[in-house]
Amino acid sequence: MKFRKIFYSQKVAPYVFVVPFILSFFFFWVYPLITAFTMSFQDIGAITSEWIGFANYTKLLKDNVFHIAVMNSVKYMFFTLVLLIPFPMLFAVLMDSHLVKAKGVWKAILYMPALTSVVISGTLFRLMFTEYTTGQMNIISSFLGLGTYKWLKMGWSGMLALLIVACWRWTGVNMLYFLSGLKSIDTALYEAADIDGASGWQKFRYVTLPLLKPTTVYVLTISVYAGLSMFLESYMLWAGNSSPNNIGLTIVGYLYKRGIEKNDMGYACAVGVVLLVVALIINFVQLIFNGTFKKEEQ
Amino acid sequence: MKKKLLSALLCTSMAASLFVGCGGAASEGGVDPDAAEATEEEAAEETAEAEAVTNTFGDPNGTHLEMWTFVELHGQHYGVMAEEWNKQHPDNTIEITCTTYPYGDMHTKLLTALEAGTGAPDICDVEVGQFPNVVEGLDQWLVPLNDYAKDYLDTMVTSRMETYQGEDGNYYGAPYHVGATVMYYNVAAMSEAMGLSQEDVIAKIDAVKTWDDYAKLGEEYVGAVNEEGKYWTSVDTGGTDWLWLAMAENGDDWTGGFDNPANVELDSVKTMLEMQQSWLKSGLAEISPDGHVDLEAGFQNIMDHNIVSFPKAMWYMSRFTNYMPEESGNWYIAKCPVFKAGQKCSVGIGGTGTVVTQQSANKELAAEFTCWAKMSAEGEQHIWDTLGFDVCNSALWGDDAFAHDDNNQYNKFFINYPYDVLNDIGMDNIGKISVVSISPTINEYICTTTLNEVLEDPDYSVADALKEAQDAVDMEQ
Repeated sequence: MKFRKIFYSQKVAPYVFVVPFILSFFFFWVYPLITAFTMSFQDIGAITSEWIGFANYTKLLKDNVFHIAVMNSVKYMFFTLVLLIPFPMLFAVLMDSHLVKAKGVWKAILYMPALTSVVISGTLFRLMFTEYTTGQMNIISSFLGLGTYKWLKMGWSGMLALLIVACWRWTGVNMLYFLSGLKSIDTALYEAADIDGASGWQKFRYVTLPLLKPTTVYVLTISVYAGLSMFLESYMLWAGNSSPNNIGLTIVGYLYKRGIEKNDMGYACAVGVVLLVVALIINFVQLIFNGTFKKEEQ
Repeated sequence: MKKKLLSALLCTSMAASLFVGCGGAASEGGVDPDAAEATEEEAAEETAEAEAVTNTFGDPNGTHLEMWTFVELHGQHYGVMAEEWNKQHPDNTIEITCTTYPYGDMHTKLLTALEAGTGAPDICDVEVGQFPNVVEGLDQWLVPLNDYAKDYLDTMVTSRMETYQGEDGNYYGAPYHVGATVMYYNVAAMSEAMGLSQEDVIAKIDAVKTWDDYAKLGEEYVGAVNEEGKYWTSVDTGGTDWLWLAMAENGDDWTGGFDNPANVELDSVKTMLEMQQSWLKSGLAEISPDGHVDLEAGFQNIMDHNIVSFPKAMWYMSRFTNYMPEESGNWYIAKCPVFKAGQKCSVGIGGTGTVVTQQSANKELAAEFTCWAKMSAEGEQHIWDTLGFDVCNSALWGDDAFAHDDNNQYNKFFINYPYDVLNDIGMDNIGKISVVSISPTINEYICTTTLNEVLEDPDYSVADALKEAQDAVDMEQ
C-alpha cells in the first residue's frame, strides 16, 4: 500500500521520469569528465601512470601546434557563425513566404547533406579540392581564368574548403530551426503591421527578428560548440590528422592526435580541459550578452 | 535565481557533452590517420575498407585463434596458411578467425585491449609506425618470438627483424617484407620522348650510379620531352621516403636507437633537401600532387606520364597492378642512385609486424603458427604471389622457381624481374632507420611543416627549417 502510494505520488513521479537521464548523465558525462580532469594531471604510461601536477598544462602553454589548433578552431567557429546564422535565417524567411514554390522539395534538398555521412562527403570534397588539374575546383577556377590552386595546402583556401563543407552540411539544419521559430510567431502581428503600413523590411526588422531571438540564441549557442568541436570534416578533407603546416588541425584533432595516435592520454585530457574552458567562456559571455540569464530573473 | 542556476547547469552539461563527445567523434573517424605519411605501407588499401570484415578458416574442431588485421588480404594470407598448417599438422589443427578493421580503429582497439588487460586477439598485425606504441608494454603485453623464429633467423634479413625488436632485444613482431627502396622508371615514356629504343634507355638507366648521373639523365629527358607539366620526378611534401634513403646512404639515423636523443639536423637530410630544391628550381622535379605518389592524384600523375621516375619501396609494385594496370610493360625497376660510390643504395620502408599477445590462451601455438606463416618458404611463397612483397627470407631471392616465376603477376607487369634487382642490391646494402617512440613525432613534424616549408618555397633555408624541426622534437623528448 505504501509502495502504491509512492508510485502514484505526484511528487515522486517527475523524479522517476528523469532518473534515466540523471543516471546516463552521471555515468557517461560527469564520471568521464571528472576522470578526464584528473587524468590531465598525470603522465599516463603503457603500464603505469604518475602524477605530474601542472606539467601537461605548462607544456600546452609552450606548444605552438596547440596554439595553431586553437586559432584554427576559433577562426572556424567565427566564420561558421557569420555564414550559418544569417543565410539559413534568410532562407527560412523566404521558405516561409509566398515567394517560394515547391517548398517541400527545397527543404528536402537543403536537409539532405545533413543525412550524408561526413566520411563519404569529406572524401568527395577532398577529391574535389585536389591540387591535381582534374579536381572540380581546379577545373572551375581554370575555366574562370584564375589558374589552378593547391587548395588544401594554403591557409585561406584550406579554411574555405572547411567552410564550404560546413555550409553544405548545416545550412538546411539551421534553416529548419529558424522555420520552426517562424511558425511560432503569431500571424496577427504581421496583419497588424500591414494595417500600420509597414514595408517588408520593416516587418522583418521589427517583428520577425526580435521574435526569432530565442531561436537565434539557441542556434548561436550550439554553433559555438559545434564550431569548436569540429574534427571529422578536417580529418576527412586531409585524409588524416596531418595537414600541411597544420592548416586544418583543430583542437579536437589535436586531442585525438595526442590521445589516440601518440598514446599520450594525460596530455590529451589537458587539451580537452582547455577546450571545455574555452567553450564555456565563449558561451557564457555570449549568453550574458544576449540577456539570456537576465530574462530568467524577471 | 533558481532558474539562473538551472540554465548555468544546463550550459555546463552541454559543454560536458561536447567534452565527452570528443571521444565519440574520434572513434568514428577511423579510416586512415596516417595516409599522409609515405612510410605507411598500406595507405591506399586502408581507405578502401570502412567496415570490419570477418572470415573464419581452418578446422572447426581445431584450436581456435583470433586474429586482427587492417588489410583484408593479410587476413586471407593467414587463412590460406591455416589450411596448409592443418594439412601438415593433422594432430594439432587450428581454426582462425581473421577480422579486418579500418587502420586507425584496429590499432586503437588493440592498444585499449592491451592496456585494459582483456579483449585482445591471439595474433595481431601492427603497422610499423604504430609499433613503438605496442612494444612499450614489452613482455607484459606481447610474447617474445625468439624461440619460434630461431629456425628461420639465419635466412631472414636482419635489419627487418631488428625493426620489431623491443628495448630488451627480443623480437616481438614477425615481418612481411623488407620494403627495400628501389627506383621505378617509365622506360616506354622515356624512349618515346628521347627517340631511343627501350634497350638504349635501359642501358642509360643502368649507367646511373650517383644522384648527379640521375639528374643528368633527367635533364636529357626533360630537354627531349620539352613540354610544360612533364617532369623527371616528383618530390614529396607528405612523406619522408627520400630523406630515409638519404640517411641510409650516408649511414645516418635521426634517432639511432632507443636511448639516443633524436637529431633531425643531419647533413644527409640537408643535402637531399637542397638537391631537391635545386631540381624544383631547374624544372627537373615537381611537387607530388597532394603530397606523395601513394595517393589517388599520385597514381593519376604517373598514369598521365607527368613524371617518369621516382624512388619507392618494392611494395609499391602492388599499387601498379591494382591502380595502374594499363601501365603494364612500361616500367623498369633499378637500384637507387647514391651520393658517393660505395654507399648503401636502399632502405627498408614501411612494414607490418605481426605480434602474439600475452592474453592469448594458446600463446605457444599462436607464436609458432605466426612465425611459420610469415617466415617459412611456404609462407613467403604465398606472400610474394598474392601481396607482391619483397620477402624477408633472403634464401628465396636466388631461387629460380620463386623469383623468376613467369606466372607471378608482378613478374609479368614489369620489364625486368623485381627479385633480380633485389639480388643486385644485396641484403647488406639495405639500410635501416630505427622506429622508436619519438619517430612518429619526427615524421609528423617533417611531413606537416618542414617539407612544406623547403619544397613549396625552394628559397627557404633548409638549415633553418631543420632547426625549427629540432626545436619541436626537443620539446617532446
